[in-house]
Amino acid sequence: MPEALLVSIYVFVLALFVGVEVITKVPQILHTPLMSGSNAISGITIVGALLIAGRVESPLSVVLGVFAVVQAMINVVGGFLVTDRMLQMFKKKQDGGPA
Amino acid sequence: MIVELSYLIAASLFILGLRRLSSPATARSGNLLGAAGMLLAVLATLVHQDILSYSWILVGIFLGSAAGAVLARTVKMTAMPQMVGILNGFGGGASTLVAASEYLRTPTGRPVDVSVSIALSVLIGAVTFSGSMVAAGKLQELITGRAVTYPLQKTGNALLFLGILALGGYLLGSSFHPGWLMLLTVLCLLLGVLLVIPIGGADMPVVISLLNSYSGLAGATTGFALHNNALIISGALVGASGIILTRIMCKAMNRSLANVIFGAFGARPVAVAGATADGRVARDITVEDAAVLLGYARSVIVVPGYGMAVSQAQHNVRELADLLEARGVDVKYAIHPVAGRMPGHMNVLLAEANVPYPKLYEMERVNPEFERTDVALVIGANDVVNPAARSNPASPIYGMPILDVDRARSVVVMKRSMNPGFAGIDNELFYQDNTRMLFGDARDSLGKLAVALKAM
Repeated sequence: MPEALLVSIYVFVLALFVGVEVITKVPQILHTPLMSGSNAISGITIVGALLIAGRVESPLSVVLGVFAVVQAMINVVGGFLVTDRMLQMFKKKQDGGPA
Repeated sequence: MIVELSYLIAASLFILGLRRLSSPATARSGNLLGAAGMLLAVLATLVHQDILSYSWILVGIFLGSAAGAVLARTVKMTAMPQMVGILNGFGGGASTLVAASEYLRTPTGRPVDVSVSIALSVLIGAVTFSGSMVAAGKLQELITGRAVTYPLQKTGNALLFLGILALGGYLLGSSFHPGWLMLLTVLCLLLGVLLVIPIGGADMPVVISLLNSYSGLAGATTGFALHNNALIISGALVGASGIILTRIMCKAMNRSLANVIFGAFGARPVAVAGATADGRVARDITVEDAAVLLGYARSVIVVPGYGMAVSQAQHNVRELADLLEARGVDVKYAIHPVAGRMPGHMNVLLAEANVPYPKLYEMERVNPEFERTDVALVIGANDVVNPAARSNPASPIYGMPILDVDRARSVVVMKRSMNPGFAGIDNELFYQDNTRMLFGDARDSLGKLAVALKAM
């Protein structure tokens, strides 16, 4: 097995454990923002998409890359913004004004 | 080197951000930390030496950000399940495209592990994309919410899956075949559609959670293909999150994941054996009588369900609760884990209506309270308050943990009609001696209740 792959597998498995530890502590009340927020994090694929769109190796790769950037950006921007919109609504005390 | 370190910092920020989601008080800052991590990762990538041209990148970033921002700003809180579904889908789609490009970029000399990662990325990403879009379509009711079944459905899907594996294997072993990769992608997209179509609308909390997990895994496999640890770590985090939510949802419905995915629950109404409505009549109540019952109670527990979301009644619920609290009534909200169409759906709607979160009670915490409660007010919830889940082994939902609404001194159920809920099961709660039905649209009835209470 190539060493790079082995390291990648290490990283993946350890990150899984961290994920389980952290996520199980999220209370049920926040499960929807958890989904949209973690969703935004999965938009990290933007990193790969940027590289493909920026390398300009062939017209096809640019097209694929730009589509990937668009999709990943929707995922990232939409995800973080909508999560923020939800989380700002969770208040400990009623503040009187309509939401 | 600097790029790599930035990725490490970004991944750490994601973890710290998720950790802050453990309390509503710190959650918003956690989300900001995550966003900061993402910004850092993007900026670090933009200075990467491989990037030759920024023009197309900027076009993509602009289009995607604009579309994402508009979606996030305009989506209704009741439509959040669809929104998350669509975002999931785009995450999966991006992974597929990145993996496919990586395949095209390296016609020769690609190590086996990279090839495998690319194939898996295409598979998981494409299934996530099309599956999420179908799920969102079902939730938006562009596609029927019922489970769509046809003969040999499972056999067909199994054959398709085997075909995909075979084609994927062939692609790995052979030299460069862009055409075959395209075929593989199309087949995977088809598989995503066919896998989600037979799942009924009420099971969407599980499907959305599972697709959430897939979108993470797709990112992780893309990370393996690109040898990028930021993708691997983030993908693993999201994958774990989705799996945990999926398990919680399945447990809350007392069903196995396999049963949810392949069971075609809600394809047609179920005829229930055993004790049901035979000869018994549900008693209804007028708005005025309900107002008296609520207004003179000492304690009320509100149980919201999907019906509240459908009629957008969350603000009216809050208004009613305010009036009751002004009269000295203690008001709590009981939230079942699978109430609504995604995990935590009801909490978001009530938070939107400005209900303080300490009043939102999880099932385990609120169930002992019901027997000490004067009135349980059920708003558009059905299966999650059906006592048959506790008492009738013949019921399809037997064993599912429910809110013990029936133990309250009296129960008022707000419902459109006597039609059974999504699972198509009759609800014994409606025929209990201490239950009264308040028929009509939830929002409408709540408004009338508020008027009646004010007049008291």
